[in-house]
Amino acid sequence: MESNKHFVLGVYDDEDVLLSAVRKVRGSGVKIHEVYSPFPVHGLDDELGYKRTRLPIVAFMFGMLGTSLALTMQFWMLGYDWPMIIGGKNFTSLPPFIPVTFELTVLLSALGMVGTFMIISNLKPHGKPRLMDIRITDDKHIMAIDLAKNNLSQEDIKSIISDSGAQEVNLKDF
Amino acid sequence: MQVTSSVREPLVTGGKTVHDVTEDICRQVEGKPSKSWMLGVAVSLVALLLGAYAVFMLLWEGIGVWGLNKTIGWAWDITNFVWWVGIGHAGTLISAILLLFRQKWRMSINRAAEAMTIFAVICAACFPGLHMGRLWLGFYWALPLPNAFGSLWVNFNSPLLWDVFAVSTYFTVSLVFWYIGLIPDFASIRDRATNKISKLAYGVLSFGWDGAAKTWSRYESVALILAGLATPLVLSVHTIVSFDFATSVIPGWHSTIFPPYFVAGAIFSGFAMVQTLLLISRRVLKLEDYITREHVELMNIIIIVTGGVVAVAYATEFFIGWYTGVEYENYTYMSYGAATGPYAWAFWALIICNILIPSTLWFRSVRTSYMLSFIISIVINIGMWFERFDIIVMCLSRDYLPSSWAMFHPTIYDVGVYVFTLGLFFTLFLLFSKFFPVINMAEVKSIIKSSSSKQK
Repeated sequence: MESNKHFVLGVYDDEDVLLSAVRKVRGSGVKIHEVYSPFPVHGLDDELGYKRTRLPIVAFMFGMLGTSLALTMQFWMLGYDWPMIIGGKNFTSLPPFIPVTFELTVLLSALGMVGTFMIISNLKPHGKPRLMDIRITDDKHIMAIDLAKNNLSQEDIKSIISDSGAQEVNLKDF
Repeated sequence: MQVTSSVREPLVTGGKTVHDVTEDICRQVEGKPSKSWMLGVAVSLVALLLGAYAVFMLLWEGIGVWGLNKTIGWAWDITNFVWWVGIGHAGTLISAILLLFRQKWRMSINRAAEAMTIFAVICAACFPGLHMGRLWLGFYWALPLPNAFGSLWVNFNSPLLWDVFAVSTYFTVSLVFWYIGLIPDFASIRDRATNKISKLAYGVLSFGWDGAAKTWSRYESVALILAGLATPLVLSVHTIVSFDFATSVIPGWHSTIFPPYFVAGAIFSGFAMVQTLLLISRRVLKLEDYITREHVELMNIIIIVTGGVVAVAYATEFFIGWYTGVEYENYTYMSYGAATGPYAWAFWALIICNILIPSTLWFRSVRTSYMLSFIISIVINIGMWFERFDIIVMCLSRDYLPSSWAMFHPTIYDVGVYVFTLGLFFTLFLLFSKFFPVINMAEVKSIIKSSSSKQK
């Protein structure tokens, strides 16, 4: 199969060097495709200019859905569909419905948020990752530059990455 | 850059590099099982199979095979349920509450503790199911499904139904939290795998993880929000479990102190179980550089704190039992009658195992000793089982009507079902320790630079 995507990869083994490298590379006008790491590097998203994720809002929305669902279910089942006298208690009363409401709020919030995270991050059981370098999941940080999305030549990009403190500069085609 | 601290011990010793972390943790997954692991699995499977016979007989004959009687309608089943749920709590506490508090020392132990939570909740969930006797009808009694056995819908006013929602939500959220943490580590194993089966299995388990910065950023937000959701969930679950008792009218049960007291007891017993498992794991899996004396001591400090809360609760219960002047309160699990009556052995077992012996942890030499910590953690597990037993059996054995007073004598089937869950728990934990990374590699790698002995 003919490859149609060409990347220049900078390999780093220290997160502090990586952070300053990202700053330098972006400062010199090179557009970074993505940085891959074996562990979360704090501050990297800021350096890459990523906006804060809106997953907390998703979690809240799903939580509210859980609350509404739980209250509707309980009031409808015990209050209207089949009212029963249990220990002389009211058919519909909010306090005893709170525990189930709380649990369903948490449940839907967690599952909805995680499901959304999986979908937007393209994580799925049959997912085949496009691995830039096998060492990403061990001990190396990889900065990937998509040649098609930059106006500079391959040699210029290689020298910018090399000057930023990269241990190795490699090429990868997909 | 050299980082030194005179007040903080390194969290990872042995001068490890990031690559060493991958090597050390993956070794267990990639290598052949050790003899001690095989022995452990064999013993656990024997317990599981012996217990499975008791479970079969229970389902075949009904709960009549247990030693229950007209007065004591709940005994070992609910004792074990509450005990297992309590044990489960430490895992979420370590991963959620300590994450919110930014405690880096949790990173070496959270994976195993969360696994313990999942397996403990599975064991706990066996008991409410089995204690109904006719398990196959339980779906209609426990889940809001339309049915024609009497009441058309389940009773949302009942604490027993709240339990169903609380435990199943707790299990699901804990499982999701645990699994999300495992994905990057599965990817590490996937990329090192040499045989086809491993490549396929860990390929599926790792969900196509590629370590992109964008995904890591979202992942950290997800972990933090899940921690925020799981923290009140931990408190709610054992609070709701305590409502099973607290909303009733049995002397000793209808106590307003139960919710916070149950939660403290759960953390106390959960940390003890984490301590037991980790002290074995660090030796057997050769993780001495990752689970250090510092970790053991910090765990023991939490045990002292929660044990202190529990001890104060006992004293309060004992005092209130006397101070109310209500004669029925004189045979509750914390009362003069309990300390001197026919269940005095259970009362004193509780006091010795949960207060006297753990008090030795106040001495630094005790709480930094691996062997003594191990022994004390097992003693606490036993003590907390006695606490649940005392609350349930002792309070039921003396109700308002002296003519119905009775004693409880367990049968082999009571013991057998408990052995079944013990076998199940240890089998699952051993399988986990062989096939899954027992330490969160990605998290430990992120602190290597600041917390390794290399920097001392």
